[in-house]
Amino acid sequence: MSLVEIKGLTKKFGNFTALNDVNLSMNKGEIFGFIGPNGAGKTTTIRIMLGLLKATKGEVKIFGKDAWKDAVEIHKRVAYVPGEANLWPNLTGGEVIDLFLKMRGGGDRSKREELIKRFDLDPTKKCGTYSKGNRQKIALIAAFSSDADLFLLDEPTTGLDPLMVRVFQECVREVKAAGKSVLLSSHILSEVEKLCDRIAIIREGKIIETGTLSEMRHLTRTNLTIKTKEPVVSLEELKGVHNLHEYDGELSFQVDTEEMDGVIRYLSQFGIVKLESAPPTLEDLFLRYYTRAEQADSRLGGR
Amino acid sequence: MYAHLFQQTGTLVKLILRQERLKFFIWLFTLVVVTLAAAAAYPNVYTDEQSRLGYALTMKNPAMIAMLGPGYALEDYAAVGPILSTDMLIFTVIAVAVMNILFVVRSTRADEEDGQLELIRSLPVGRLSYLSASIITAFITNLLLALLIGFGLYALNIEGIDLAGSLLYGFNLGAMGLLFAVLTALFAQLAETSRGAMMLSFAALITAYLIRAVGDVSNETLSFISPLGWAVRTDVFVGNEWWPVLLSSAVAVVLIVVSLYLNSIRDLDAGFIPARKGREHASPFLQTLFGFTLRLQSVNIAAWGIGVLLLGAAFGAVMGDLETYFANMELLQAFFLAEGPDFSMAEQFIALLMAIMSLFCAIPAAMAVLKLRGEENKNRTEHFYSRAVSRTRLLAVYVLVAVLVSVIMQLLVAFGLWSASVAVMEDAISFETIFNAALVYLPALWIVISLAVFLLGVAPKAVGLVWFYLAYCFIVVYFGGLLDFPQWAKNLSVFELVPQIPLDDLTFKPLVMLTLGSLIITCLGFLGYNRRDITG
Ligand SMILES: Nc1ncnc2c1ncn2[C@@H]1O[C@H](COP(=O)(O)OP(=O)(O)OP(=O)(O)O)[C@@H](O)[C@H]1O
Ligand SMILES: [Mg+2]
Repeated sequence: MSLVEIKGLTKKFGNFTALNDVNLSMNKGEIFGFIGPNGAGKTTTIRIMLGLLKATKGEVKIFGKDAWKDAVEIHKRVAYVPGEANLWPNLTGGEVIDLFLKMRGGGDRSKREELIKRFDLDPTKKCGTYSKGNRQKIALIAAFSSDADLFLLDEPTTGLDPLMVRVFQECVREVKAAGKSVLLSSHILSEVEKLCDRIAIIREGKIIETGTLSEMRHLTRTNLTIKTKEPVVSLEELKGVHNLHEYDGELSFQVDTEEMDGVIRYLSQFGIVKLESAPPTLEDLFLRYYTRAEQADSRLGGR
Repeated sequence: MYAHLFQQTGTLVKLILRQERLKFFIWLFTLVVVTLAAAAAYPNVYTDEQSRLGYALTMKNPAMIAMLGPGYALEDYAAVGPILSTDMLIFTVIAVAVMNILFVVRSTRADEEDGQLELIRSLPVGRLSYLSASIITAFITNLLLALLIGFGLYALNIEGIDLAGSLLYGFNLGAMGLLFAVLTALFAQLAETSRGAMMLSFAALITAYLIRAVGDVSNETLSFISPLGWAVRTDVFVGNEWWPVLLSSAVAVVLIVVSLYLNSIRDLDAGFIPARKGREHASPFLQTLFGFTLRLQSVNIAAWGIGVLLLGAAFGAVMGDLETYFANMELLQAFFLAEGPDFSMAEQFIALLMAIMSLFCAIPAAMAVLKLRGEENKNRTEHFYSRAVSRTRLLAVYVLVAVLVSVIMQLLVAFGLWSASVAVMEDAISFETIFNAALVYLPALWIVISLAVFLLGVAPKAVGLVWFYLAYCFIVVYFGGLLDFPQWAKNLSVFELVPQIPLDDLTFKPLVMLTLGSLIITCLGFLGYNRRDITG
């Protein structure tokens, strides 16, 4: 059974539709990436999953329970990290972490100390005097020292330095190894690419793609760089070839994955000397989905 | 040479005015309407010289002097002007001061805390521009208030309220407003948070009131330390002394220079009190929801508690004088006591005082609930709701704290009043009477708390309506008789439904009804709160 099951979720703020018929499901032990442009509805989705916002329509189930009605029950097994941790300026970091652990119903003391060390945090400072990154660490430490089964992370690494981002990624892998599940919303696509098993792309409140990275790659293009004995002629006229550039006697271009076979056959006539292929990065995917939708919009005269 | 420090101040004044215009409008409108309405009513209430003299006699006693100021010579009360000024001035000054404190904290520390100032400072804007703009806006508002009330009073065309007196009355209010605005601006530099600045400012206001009260009764020199002591010494409508207006304006100018200087030498987001290291672990008490909620509000509660206790004690202290005063004038007493000779002046005074102090104590109680809205606005309640804490539970803790605050405040008022009056009175009023007189208002305070819960649950954007309601209740208590409110309008204020001990008998029916009412309204609030979105 899936851990998270979202069906036909719609959320309206007044007459603005922030989410429109969103469907998602997450399995146990999975790291699920959630990406999309600013204002797409990621935070709104997560806040509905937490029962902070009430869905206008649709069904949101976590651990088989209703996210709105059984919020407290669910939260005993959930840890959440917001993108910006607003804390109480006159409490110390240590006090806030203890408080958060207590509110979930206990946590692991030794884990707390270990994480404070790993994240290199001084827990005796008042929250009002922490830097942004250090405030973020407090939320992360509180989350990872809890024994939650589901981690909802909304841009958790904003403000962290690269070293701390590494520590964060280790933590995510550790919880996955322990059989727990993570929803990671992020704008850092390389991070999502590295960590996530499955990904959903959301845009203007609609999920436009879900699947594993390789499934998505399948639908897209591969980057090729080649060198041939004889000059290649009229490659650009071939079906499925895009963005052709010549540089220093080498050709680089993108090929639609389903046209790969034909293109390679055609090229082999010219005597291939060198062939390099790179899978599309998530960034390529993202940009492609994004610009494609944008073109569609401008055709329709959208905003 | 220093022009660059003030660059774009004009633009910022416009920005601030635009943000705050609704609040300014409501404040000015209320202040002007209440002042003019009361002024228009006096000639109808005190129609002849005899009734005015009767008024004067009730006012010329130590308790009233402590509450309202020294007033005028007896014969001056033959005209309406002095009655207006005695009755209205000090509380209007306090209201104007509150308006200025709230406004200046908002447009200085609070904007800084919320990060708006950081963005503005990153633009080609002078370092002192925002603070200057805030002060200029306060100046404009207070000037407007002075002119509206000054010319408004004159326009009523009441005998004895002439142009010179009206203008002085208006400008006295304006100058006091400016002084407290500037004082707040200064505190906003010293304190590191908006809450701290707010608390220092209110503490200053209460202290000024206490010093004046004690000074007016016992030693006039003391009153000259307090700005409120100056404000009640204009002799307006009779001698028309302008020195208090000039003095407070001059002090304001000095304070402006000091706060601009402090602003120029401090860092953004910093104060002058350095941060210390704190605890590494949360104490077991802090780890409970209740302990945590109490901790968030502890400074606020303590500050109000001290203020309330001192106010109670100050009024208790004048009761002895009151007793002596009337012992010498037994005949007179029989002549003017509206309630009949069954009640001593001290007892009547306690009834009025308790009504006003309960309204005052309702403020921290309502604040204790509304704090939850503030936390939500700062996106901090999600830390709880994303963990295993239900909305009902967190709200219940806040309500519990509010109820606790209401009880503590009422007890402190009673204790302050009782302990001081016992020390000074020969024929002391019993402990029981004073405590009953205070505690009997608790159900009314609970209605105010339940109203806050209701708004929080059902109309979170409109939680400010609680303050409107309290202001309305104050107007009813203070002006209800004067302005001849119809009974239903008076009954809208729950404070009117409470038996006034020791004048009325202690009847339990209204108290039970009020308590039940507050329970029902609170439940509706809980229902709403459980159904709505948590926004940030
Ligand atoms: N309380 C609210 N009232 C009205 N509109 C809202 C509210 N909360 C969010 N929105 C709107 O809903 C849309 C989705 O916002 P959301 O915060 O979910 O975006 P996001 O995907 O998290 O973006 P980002 O990447 O910038 O964090 C936005 O257009 C936002 O303006
Ligand atoms: Mg977001």
